[in-house]
Amino acid sequence: MSNNTSRRRMLRQSLIMGSGLTAVSLLPGLSAWAQAQAQSSKPAPKPTTQASEPRTIEMVAQRFKFTPNEIHLKKGEKVVLAIQSLDFVHGMNIPDFNMRADLFPGKITRIALQPQHSGTVDFLCDNFCGDGHETMHGRFIVSD
Amino acid sequence: MQRRDFLSLAALGGGAVYVSALAGCAHRAGADYASIQSFYFVQLSDTHWGYSGPANPDAAVTLRKAVASVNALAEQPDFVVFTGDLTHTTDDPVERRRRLAEFKSIVADLKVSTVRFIPGEHDASLDHGVAFKEFFGDTYFSFEHKGVHFIALDNVSDPGAKVDDAQMQWFKAELAKLDKQAPIVVITHRPLFDLAPKWDWATRNGAAVVDELMPYQNVTVFYGHIHQEHHHMTGHITHHSAKSLIFPLPAPGSQDKRTPLPWDPSQPYKGLGFREVESEQTGKAFELAEFPVVRA
Repeated sequence: MSNNTSRRRMLRQSLIMGSGLTAVSLLPGLSAWAQAQAQSSKPAPKPTTQASEPRTIEMVAQRFKFTPNEIHLKKGEKVVLAIQSLDFVHGMNIPDFNMRADLFPGKITRIALQPQHSGTVDFLCDNFCGDGHETMHGRFIVSD
Repeated sequence: MQRRDFLSLAALGGGAVYVSALAGCAHRAGADYASIQSFYFVQLSDTHWGYSGPANPDAAVTLRKAVASVNALAEQPDFVVFTGDLTHTTDDPVERRRRLAEFKSIVADLKVSTVRFIPGEHDASLDHGVAFKEFFGDTYFSFEHKGVHFIALDNVSDPGAKVDDAQMQWFKAELAKLDKQAPIVVITHRPLFDLAPKWDWATRNGAAVVDELMPYQNVTVFYGHIHQEHHHMTGHITHHSAKSLIFPLPAPGSQDKRTPLPWDPSQPYKGLGFREVESEQTGKAFELAEFPVVRA
């Protein structure tokens, strides 16, 4: 089993185990749905249709990169980032959404997003993690 | 020779002079600051001792050349301050201490007797400032110099780029001692405002620090981190970043990645340098003079 396969399996298991939702900072400019997801550990409002189920995007943070580091989203799409850090309390900062979270190893950090505009949105690690920290970033590409 | 005359001559000799006009400082009220005397200090920043790479093939000698240039100044400064990233980061605690020791040994050649140091994230974030303190003492402190109150803030020992709670309490207590008209200079590593958050050019709770400073009418901030000269106002507070002594970085947000600007063999040390800061008798206006690593 490759490392990547192993990592993915571990991530899925962690998700199934239901690791706690990590609180993140306030999110002006995001949808009310996203704010509710980020600020509370309560279950999300029950979706009325299957189409409104958020898409989960699994991510790994490891010195000095995010995998994946280029993520395609649709405008208005509800997604949940499920991020696992392997080696450090990295940070996940999305400045354009005024959103950040610490990524503690051993747990899954979930961040809800619903981009309202098309374009490119940068994200980065904002906890200094060593020689290479400056290269630990990525971007969302939001299309119409 | 008066300092002002000297700065004029220095500017002709390759330096650049910037006058920091503090908004709202034209009139003084309240306490009398007649004791304030003119003086100047030198700011050096982001020396990254231990760096090795194509962005500066002369990394092994750049700091020594800068020290020699400061020593060659016709009039020595009252003091020198290094605004962080003295060393380039390493995971190895032994190597970190070796770099700090080498850096300290090199700058010991400065003629000026008073040299002050604050850490950058490369020095302090991976061990919360432990090694830095072994060599240079406290990571935040204050001092008075000829009527001007200096406050050095540490926004790097927390890897999340925060001024931690204990330091914030100390900072508030320091400010509480001061008259609202007192001349205050803040020295720190990272910008205290959101200069370029997508490049991590910010302090996570910088806004709270600036909020504490806002009631004070004469505040100037000197910092490093961004490897270039930059000037910014938050309200009436002026912020000046310094050039690096290892490699320059691109203008804030000007490109996709914050990669070092390439070394130009035809112009070694281009974009690098140090700064003189002259305080006039008011202690509220500063003249900045920028100098290259090697003086012509």
